[in-house]
Amino acid sequence: MKGFLHNKKALAGLSIIVFFGLVALLAPLLDPYNPNDFNFMPWLGPSSAHWLGTTGQGQDELSWLLYSARDSMLIALSTAGVISVVQLLFGIFSGYTGGLTDGVLSTVTNVFLVLPGLPLLIVIDAYLPNKGTVTTVFILTITGWAWGARVLRSQAISLRDRPFMEAARMSGERRWRIVLFNVVPNMFGVLAANFFGAAVYAVLTEAGLLFLGVINVNTISWGSMLYWAQAGSAMLENKWLPMLLPGVCILLLGTGFGLLNFAVDEVADPRLRRG
Amino acid sequence: MRYIIRRVLLLLLTGWAALTINFALPRLMPGSPIQVMAAKYTGRLTPSALAAIAQALGLKNKQNVFVQYWTYLGHTLTGNFGYSLSEYPTKVSTLLAQNLPWTLGLVGFATVVAFVLGTFIGAVAAWRRGSLFDSIVVPTGMMLAAMPSFWISTMAIYFLSYKLGWFPLFGGSSSGSLTSVAGLGSILSHAALPAMVLAVISLGGFMLVMRNTTVSVMSDDYVKFARAKGLRNFTVASRYAARNATLPVVTNFALALGTVVAGTIFVEYVFSYPGIANLLYIAVTSEDYPLMQAIFLVIVLAVLLANFVADMLYVVLDPRIRVGGRA
Repeated sequence: MKGFLHNKKALAGLSIIVFFGLVALLAPLLDPYNPNDFNFMPWLGPSSAHWLGTTGQGQDELSWLLYSARDSMLIALSTAGVISVVQLLFGIFSGYTGGLTDGVLSTVTNVFLVLPGLPLLIVIDAYLPNKGTVTTVFILTITGWAWGARVLRSQAISLRDRPFMEAARMSGERRWRIVLFNVVPNMFGVLAANFFGAAVYAVLTEAGLLFLGVINVNTISWGSMLYWAQAGSAMLENKWLPMLLPGVCILLLGTGFGLLNFAVDEVADPRLRRG
Repeated sequence: MRYIIRRVLLLLLTGWAALTINFALPRLMPGSPIQVMAAKYTGRLTPSALAAIAQALGLKNKQNVFVQYWTYLGHTLTGNFGYSLSEYPTKVSTLLAQNLPWTLGLVGFATVVAFVLGTFIGAVAAWRRGSLFDSIVVPTGMMLAAMPSFWISTMAIYFLSYKLGWFPLFGGSSSGSLTSVAGLGSILSHAALPAMVLAVISLGGFMLVMRNTTVSVMSDDYVKFARAKGLRNFTVASRYAARNATLPVVTNFALALGTVVAGTIFVEYVFSYPGIANLLYIAVTSEDYPLMQAIFLVIVLAVLLANFVADMLYVVLDPRIRVGGRA
């Protein structure tokens, strides 16, 4: 943990995430207007009343931009959380149990690893009648769990034969106790790295699906801001700020989670550290 | 040999899984979206065409699911995808044949450029670890990997095509004839920006993986020994470190390919490129389920085959797999 806070990448990543976290929490206070207020003139340019102008539907762009931090943070953290739980269960069952269970589960992972995620997401979405946040987290989990699961599995396998595990088994510890107190704590490093990796994936993928308009575009979100800019031909109106800024936010938030992912890896694997 | 057999089995298994997902999805979904679709297209299509489509999508539940599955497998394996709904009476296979070459050109070019450039930059960065170059490459790679591809495409088209007018705004070609010299020029000028954007999007992943594996490999004993022997720096870097570091990059091809496919969908959509990924988007928005299913299958099978080729390449690169049975 001490090494983590001395790591430059970790500090940079953490600052970005804390910044967006604060914006998300304080959005109602920071917002000059309600982002769902459609009562302004559409496509106004930047002015003192509307710093970033208004959308094609007559909403205040700045309010939309700030409030969107909520949606991305919510999707990132909840998807990463669900994916981590799935990966942990999977890694333990597959790696620690071994045998036929492992064979079947590994094959399932391999299948999901090679299936291209975005087309699958789009096709599932096309059939889904209801497209709320829970559905989004659910489908992001389906397409995003496999990558980290494999890493957790190899970690579980390497733990299985360590002396302290042997000792725990010999002393007659119950199986769930061994898993809970000996296996899980030793997986925290990998699990944390995977968590941040999944968060990057969730932020980018959700924004992409919103941009394409295949999930609910009425969500106040950076992806939907880009969707409406595209749908309302912001380009022809020369409104480049509403196209530039949401992308910058997505990029920054994604980079923040990515830096944390990288930093955890470095702290856990000394070989990656700067020599 | 065991390795190859296992890869072939995995290819068959994933192929079958994709076929089955494609079959099961419309039948599993709640609220029968297909009934909505059928209602939408009634009147525009002949009753017999509608009945055939309904049967293909499992709308008529009179038939046994297993019989449906068997028919579906037979039709798909013989390339019979039925008719497109939005472009009725054009066959789905005709639309696929029209759009596929565009995507193959775009993706082929971008992947090769990204792979060659990415592994090269990654290897150099690892070799000069801690240098200025390395400290630029790592954050840039992470930025590129986190770069929303739809956004970078939008920005590129706005600034480079719309504002500066360096590239055409959209489409695959503006010339009537595709085979003449002028037609070819038009195709190339239309492909230039989307191909570059796609290459840039895919670059980050290759770069980072190559850098990190090279860093790990460089602390291995055989690299130290090669240096101790007094071999030239370049020889150690290219023949000892880079060659071994390429192995994980090839293994990570699956992940990289996912990025390329996702990138292609966004790039083709933003640039209105006449490829298969844009066709998928059109199929989804117009609720053209037969077309959507066929495109999904084509994309998945292409990815599976590319992965299989990467796995076979691994056999060529790594003699250990050929000699021992280690997979």
